[in-house]
Amino acid sequence: MVSNQEERLREAEPAQEPDEKRATLKICQDHGSRPDNLIEVLHAVQARDGYLSDDSLRDIAACLNLTRAEVHGVASFYHDFRRIPPGKTVVKICLAEACQALGCDALKEHAEEVLSTDMGATSSDGEVSLEPVYCLGNCALGPAVMFNGDLYGRVTPEKLDSLVSGADI
Amino acid sequence: MSVVTVFVPKDAAAVSVGADDVAVALSQESQSRGIDINLIRNGSRGLLWLEPLVEVETTSGRIAFGPVSASDISGLFDAGFLSGGNHDLSHGVTEEIPYLANQERLTFARCGVIDPLDLTAYESHGGLVGLKKALELEPLAIVEEVTVSGLRGRGGAGFPAGLKWETVRKESADQKYICCNADEGDSGTFADRLLMEGDPFTLLEGMVIAGRAVGADTGYIYIRSEYPHAIRALSDAVSSFEQANLLGKNILGSGQAFTIYIRIGAGAYICGEESSMLESLEGKRGQVRAKPPIPAISGLFGKPTVVNNVLTLATVPYVLANGGKTYSDYGQGRSRGTQPFQLAGDIARGGLVEKAFGVTLRELVEGFGGGTLSGRPVRTAQVGGPLGAYIPEAAFDVQMDYESLAGSGAMLGHGGVVVFNELVDMARQARFAMEFCEIESCGKCTPCRIGSVRGKETLDKIIVGEDLEKNLAVLEDLCVLMTDGSLCAMGGLTPMPVTSALKHFPEDFGLARQTVE
Repeated sequence: MVSNQEERLREAEPAQEPDEKRATLKICQDHGSRPDNLIEVLHAVQARDGYLSDDSLRDIAACLNLTRAEVHGVASFYHDFRRIPPGKTVVKICLAEACQALGCDALKEHAEEVLSTDMGATSSDGEVSLEPVYCLGNCALGPAVMFNGDLYGRVTPEKLDSLVSGADI
Repeated sequence: MSVVTVFVPKDAAAVSVGADDVAVALSQESQSRGIDINLIRNGSRGLLWLEPLVEVETTSGRIAFGPVSASDISGLFDAGFLSGGNHDLSHGVTEEIPYLANQERLTFARCGVIDPLDLTAYESHGGLVGLKKALELEPLAIVEEVTVSGLRGRGGAGFPAGLKWETVRKESADQKYICCNADEGDSGTFADRLLMEGDPFTLLEGMVIAGRAVGADTGYIYIRSEYPHAIRALSDAVSSFEQANLLGKNILGSGQAFTIYIRIGAGAYICGEESSMLESLEGKRGQVRAKPPIPAISGLFGKPTVVNNVLTLATVPYVLANGGKTYSDYGQGRSRGTQPFQLAGDIARGGLVEKAFGVTLRELVEGFGGGTLSGRPVRTAQVGGPLGAYIPEAAFDVQMDYESLAGSGAMLGHGGVVVFNELVDMARQARFAMEFCEIESCGKCTPCRIGSVRGKETLDKIIVGEDLEKNLAVLEDLCVLMTDGSLCAMGGLTPMPVTSALKHFPEDFGLARQTVE
């Protein structure tokens, strides 16, 4: 079973850094090399690289015995998966109804201004990505923001400024 | 002085407003004063406007202080808060705070009370009673108890849980599954998250009971990636259950086997739809399946599958422990039991209110919620998530149960209530409903995929007053088509917020009020 996978991996062209390819193979094997674990595998590879490269998707397809089209289909369906590297800091602002009721639109505009980045984009210097999110489950304490993976509630423009200066963007 | 127990929640909402800092400050301050305290990180009581809510165990009960910030800690010590001393932030005995005292907490009885991962505390607060009873009952008897309780699917569809279970139980198959839908994506809802972080064992216990009832030995919890705290809590809870022989091949020596796997979503709202969630669990694009067959007949990997929401499964231990009849004594009509309502948006006292069905929206928003946080008059509340109706303030006397809400053109959904003040522009809200559907549509059926885009464009024209009459006719036609022609509730219910906004707030669409009425 494993040797077949390695053979398929060797055939996958063009060649990637061998270490990285081995690490991807290991991630797939840790998930039983099962195609139904594809989303878990994509999460793990993205946790390693920050995004999903073309090379990774090709290796994953080979390991899980899926077509590249199938893997691309899944990777492109889910909002979480990135095909380009994110900024060093990722700021997610909840734009759903409960946060709208507390002024998240103004917070979004403020963030776009102080971070010089449009919502849904990464700054040109690669420092920060500003992303919309539809509900962080903190709806009684909005507006809610996820700043580098940490959840914040009652985020005013001033609070956002202090988070930004703390992250040294 | 004996060692005092102090509770500081580690719930994500509490942490989002500084609970971790409070816990650190509390430890440091007690150390520097040479006072021993027993610090417990509990779940949230659901009184979210008071978070971080610090509680101190005293002889007269637990005393609440909130919202506490790290800078308040020194002052709290000075005021003798460890013996319940008076302080500006004190709210007296937690259980006597009207917001909590006026609730009927059945599903959430333990949430915020105990350390969520302390199995001993779980048992001493009534945990595992339901499971132990279930292990002595025949599967059919378990299903009957759930049927008697009148428990319906809390995810939004409201399908009777007992009937679903019975369908799966009667199927003969080499493999059956229990799938817990923890993809709580509706804005304004957080009850699943509170429970998974505050009392995760209850959910696991409910799943094991469900497994025994229908003959399934494997369960999956599909939890959204936006909930990292809940994912950690659940993973730890599964490990504890495994170590305590409450999961595995021979649960508590009964011969019953059950294994639970946790699967993380990837940011797709549609995966809260059950068939889309099953596709996602199989590692595929989260595209909706056409029904029939229903999942109870052909679900995960084509096998008979119970798909239930977190709150449904977490209510099962109560039903087994106290009897279905006791649960069904709460509620009214065909809506039996309690519903964990969630108060969100512009609301002074946002949080979780578990009440028997039948409480009015006004009691929730004005009584429990205390009106708006901003102090501006309430204009409307959206009930039941992004696909739910906007109910005008004048209609807030509607009773909150499945049938009453349906009767007034609304729906209960997952029990979320999002309050908006007078400044809300309802045409913008209607546009957002279409935009959200455009962003989150799985793309499988045309009414949802294309209808949402056309709906947004049409509303853009309406908002600037372009050919108002013609565009309103287009919008109305689109809404009918999406409602009737979509494969699932995503496209089928997106018109609900749109048409309710139009019906109740025509002036926001550039119409005279009487035009629509």
